Amino acid sequence: MNASTTRLDVRKTYKLYIGGEFPRSESGRSYVVNDAKGRLMANAALASRKDARDAVVAARKAFPGWSGRTAYNRAQVVYRVAEVLEGRRDQFQAELIAAEGVTAAKARIYVDAAIDRLVWYAGWADKIGQVTGNANPVAGPFFNLSSPEPTGVVAVVAPKGPLLGLVSVVAPAIVTGNTVVVVASEQHPLTAITLGEVMATSDLPGGVVNVLTGSQAEIAPWLASHMDVNALDLTGVTDPDLARSLEEAAADNLKRVRRPAAAPVDWLADPGIDRMTWLLETKTVWHPVGV
Amino acid sequence: MVSTGSTTGKSAVFDYAPAPESRSIVDIKPSYGLFIDGDFVDGHGKSFKTISPATEEVLAEVSEADDADVDLAVKAARRAYTRVWSRMPGKERAKYLYRIARIIQERGRELAVLESLDNGKPIKESRDVDIPMVAAHFFYYAGWADKLEYSGFGAGNPRPLGVAGQVIPWNFPLLMLAWKIAPALAAGNTVVLKPAETTPLTALLFAEICQQADLPRGVVNIVTGAGDTGRTIVSHADVDKVAFTGSTEVGKAIARAVAGTDKKVTLELGGKAANIVFDDAPVDQAVEGIVTGIFFNQGHVCCAGSRLLVQESVADEVLERLKRRMGTLRVGDPLDKNTDIGAINSAEQLAKIRELSDIGEQEGAGRWSPACDLPKNGFWFPPTVFTGVSQAHRIAREEIFGPVLSVLTFRTPAEAVEKANNTPYGLSAGVWTEKGSRILWMADQLRAGVVWANTFNKFDPSSPFGGYKESGYGREGGRHGLEGYLR
Repeated sequence: MNASTTRLDVRKTYKLYIGGEFPRSESGRSYVVNDAKGRLMANAALASRKDARDAVVAARKAFPGWSGRTAYNRAQVVYRVAEVLEGRRDQFQAELIAAEGVTAAKARIYVDAAIDRLVWYAGWADKIGQVTGNANPVAGPFFNLSSPEPTGVVAVVAPKGPLLGLVSVVAPAIVTGNTVVVVASEQHPLTAITLGEVMATSDLPGGVVNVLTGSQAEIAPWLASHMDVNALDLTGVTDPDLARSLEEAAADNLKRVRRPAAAPVDWLADPGIDRMTWLLETKTVWHPVGV
Repeated sequence: MVSTGSTTGKSAVFDYAPAPESRSIVDIKPSYGLFIDGDFVDGHGKSFKTISPATEEVLAEVSEADDADVDLAVKAARRAYTRVWSRMPGKERAKYLYRIARIIQERGRELAVLESLDNGKPIKESRDVDIPMVAAHFFYYAGWADKLEYSGFGAGNPRPLGVAGQVIPWNFPLLMLAWKIAPALAAGNTVVLKPAETTPLTALLFAEICQQADLPRGVVNIVTGAGDTGRTIVSHADVDKVAFTGSTEVGKAIARAVAGTDKKVTLELGGKAANIVFDDAPVDQAVEGIVTGIFFNQGHVCCAGSRLLVQESVADEVLERLKRRMGTLRVGDPLDKNTDIGAINSAEQLAKIRELSDIGEQEGAGRWSPACDLPKNGFWFPPTVFTGVSQAHRIAREEIFGPVLSVLTFRTPAEAVEKANNTPYGLSAGVWTEKGSRILWMADQLRAGVVWANTFNKFDPSSPFGGYKESGYGREGGRHGLEGYLR
């Protein structure tokens, strides 16, 4: 057999995405991820408590810079993520087909919807304040203005939809100026890391989005109880007992908590603006008026 | 005062070597047609020349659209509206606008050089202000195209108006185009736009950008010409919306022309802004703000701070420092990167500035300009300040639209308000003081659409702009800028 006719695939190592880099789990652990037909796709990193804490440190470190950027700049960066994702449509389509066993047509719909959702959220960066903020006509000689600000570091348990679901929970958080630690879908973690590659090459500063793969039940409690996390999105938690215990843990520093949806979410539907507004604090400024 | 490229450098602090931006990046065609239904076509009317006001060199020949041309453009816009643009989902309209924003960013240098050539404004302004803001404006309104239901207009179901007829001025040619086209398209309207007759070239390059973006035919139509072409657009029976930026005189004529029709109108007209300096203001910052307020873009700015109201107790100090600062302004070649003040846009505008300045002198105000070598060819006017101006003087009442500042004084905040509001205009105002409560009190009292505090001439796509009283009606920019294009 002529050696030049066969070429062995170079397989990708799937690691974590923390602080703009792709480290292995400090624990040295991994877990098997199979495709829809039960064949091995890859070994994904099984993130530990330490990885989760590292991710929170990275998100906190990125917060002042990211939230301090102009809204226009954040809009352009998120739009850039969409541009780069558009260039990788085929790759993501193939990943969705393999991981979820969906048809090519359906995979294409989800990839395109994910790109369009990024574009939609990008446009919100410099508009959400115009829709949710306002001048208040207080009864006295005062200027009084309410405007939204990001709440801070957000821990997200991502839903099962490996691409559209993930984009739909991460984009609203970052476009409003928050930074994110996301626990990828345990069943379909690989696409989240590939999306990390997109974000890492889209002018998104390191640490704005951090992706952990592994066991939801193992990692989420550390994030829920972490005192430097400001909000907890439980969208991807399907076990009601786990959701309740995470919400209880979150109470220690009064994290804003978003509970799992009561009914399955249709990620293709119009998302509305509440995934942004729950991550915004309203700041009201008073100033006297007079000569 | 220094003329860039001058070797004399009379009162200069120090000399600069010439630093001209290369014009080789721009490929100007000898002649341009009209951009109708996605193609450049020959107009039926005559053609006219557009020149560089800095050298009087002819840059290109441009078609003058006649009634039949305008009718074709409106028909193309109507077809595109009915068949394509109004039916397209907002998120797809958004993508076209994002594309346009990106291409403007990519071709930014080319657009900046062309704008400075055709308009006469300094390259540092076209490069750092006009063109980046053009791209930002398209980017901002792109994001609104699929979010109109959140705009607060149209009672929950906002719909476009139809065909917008838009007429823009020569002072910020491409930026005014962006202010008109971006919100119109985002809201789902199609447009017929006429650039000013002295500055058509960047609008025609924009037409090429629409082609590069694969914008559907007829969504944007650019027809060149002068006042007659503008009148034809505004009074065309199938135009649903008229948007005009320019003089108050023409604005009033448009308001009369649309009377009794269903046309929706927004007008952004003249101004005679007061720039008010209190005795506690940081003087150096205030002087920079005064200079920016009146000398930015040769004073060809409708919101220019053309009336300086300075508190009597600091008037001498402010004027002395202002004159010293004016002595360092560099007038000359618009393409020189060190130029602060470029060419006056046209011979006609120069004559108007000269006439009003002469009247200022005749009426008894004190005229001062720094020593100045002006280029021999082209249209030039030195930065000029008039002191001892009273409210009755024509230079205190009429818009000069040039680098000419009228200085008045006041004693109390109430007097400052009285004088600032003593004008038929109401576009903008400036307030300089360290005291926050006074800034806000003044802002409450001033009858003007934009009030700048401790800054001047600031613009942003997200910030509404427009005037009170005879400065027009409607707002451009921001969420409010959508109102004029929705029902």
